[in-house]
Amino acid sequence: MEYKLKFSCYNERSILIEWPSLIDTNILKSILNFKKIIQSHYVKQSVEIINAFNSILIIYDYTIDNINDEILRLKSLKINEIDIEDLKPNLWEIPVCYGNDFGVDLDDFSSKKDLSKREVIDLHSKVNYTIYFIGFLPGFLYLGGLDKKLNLDRKSTPNLYVEKGSVGIGGNQTGIYPQDSPGGWHIIGKTPIELFNPKTNPPSIFSSGDLIRFKPISKSEYLEIEHQIDVGRFVLKPTLNA
Amino acid sequence: MLRVLKTGFYSTIQDSGRFGYRKYGVPVSGAIDSYSSRFANALLGNDKNAALVEMTIIGGIFEFLEPTSIVVSGAFMAPKLNDVAIKSNKVVAVQANDILSFGKTENGIRAYLAIRGGFKTDVILGSRSQYKPVSTHNVIQKDECIPYKPELSDSKSFSRVKYDKSVIDCNILESYQGPEFYMLNKYQKQTLLSTDYMVSNLNNRMAFQLEPSLENNLLPILSAPVLPGTVQLTPKGNLIVLMRDCQTTGGYPRVLQLTEKAINKLAQKTSGNTINFRLKE
Repeated sequence: MEYKLKFSCYNERSILIEWPSLIDTNILKSILNFKKIIQSHYVKQSVEIINAFNSILIIYDYTIDNINDEILRLKSLKINEIDIEDLKPNLWEIPVCYGNDFGVDLDDFSSKKDLSKREVIDLHSKVNYTIYFIGFLPGFLYLGGLDKKLNLDRKSTPNLYVEKGSVGIGGNQTGIYPQDSPGGWHIIGKTPIELFNPKTNPPSIFSSGDLIRFKPISKSEYLEIEHQIDVGRFVLKPTLNA
Repeated sequence: MLRVLKTGFYSTIQDSGRFGYRKYGVPVSGAIDSYSSRFANALLGNDKNAALVEMTIIGGIFEFLEPTSIVVSGAFMAPKLNDVAIKSNKVVAVQANDILSFGKTENGIRAYLAIRGGFKTDVILGSRSQYKPVSTHNVIQKDECIPYKPELSDSKSFSRVKYDKSVIDCNILESYQGPEFYMLNKYQKQTLLSTDYMVSNLNNRMAFQLEPSLENNLLPILSAPVLPGTVQLTPKGNLIVLMRDCQTTGGYPRVLQLTEKAINKLAQKTSGNTINFRLKE
């Protein structure tokens, strides 16, 4: 599918490219394809390319003399000339212990949604979520694909402290807190997996376009994986995508 | 080593930032006033990426354990070497056991202490800039010893360029139109570009909030990339200028984008200072 793109100068060394304002996996594919083309275009220059739901921002490590010329060059990289090569996303299975001490809001969430706890867990763990991008906080994954039956407005008063690894739902989004932080989402579970580790490079194993799936685990499995991570023996590996 | 006898109010190690990790949600960080920090490094003949100490409002007290040369730049915090006043924006030779002390700022908010060769703290994800959770601490710690490479101390200067004080004195912030500027109505645009905005108490390396608010009915946008210098307009009408430690994406309309020079000027402002936005031609 072809989209009408908008190119603009963001500042003296950044160019913004925008797609239609929608959360849509086809738009994400188009963005990731174009990102690849731009990356190969700038192979010799130092640039940083980030994307969000419907845009790409190219940040140059130097001031550009004529940003309009640069925009023209980017426009000449026609999106319809893109080799529609399969992006081969990884599928990651994230172990999550739902409820009890790990998902303190699961009871409350289930009753508000008039679902059993089992139903909430099933609805949350039966689908593949798309990682649109990593942003906001180090390691925070913007995920698409939450079942509409699980939509619930954020808490009116946020919690001052949500533990790292907590899995929550806020509005039509679900996500994992990469660090201890304040937060207004309903916490239904927790994962022992580290979403962000500055001691490794790259600090996050996930990429825009990858898929994730939550796998329910017991408390003892949680503690076992946590121990394995502590002693450096647990490595999350992607499952091959069908 | 530089021994930290007193940290000051909020002092951090910064270089020119963490380039290449925003795709993992990692802020770029780096010296908040890149003009003053680069000026100080240039005088010493340092790489523009050399790490220095950034001090805020009240500077610290430091002991040099080996000889070297330094430059103090940015806000004026009455720097003294062994209790004798020294000049800002000039290379100063220091000996082992010399004590460098700073007071409260008299003009501007952020001062820099640059050292010949730069400070040699650990590089994490391509940068020495302190930002938690990438680094263990957000700020330098009392009694910490910050490494540097000892040199024969001399006051040789590598640059004759004069320090441009407009970074501290000028309050006109040149800006580009932000990606959502066009969504503002005529009244909002006029107000945005003609109001004397005051920096509120909410100002730090992450963001500066301004007062008064701007009447607003724009809804949030789909989360999109932001940069230091992006001016966001919240549904309540608050204007928030993102700074060096800002998040990488945001969901508020981006109405203006400060130039690099304007970010440096704002970096030297604090609660109660006023600023004006001016559109760049």
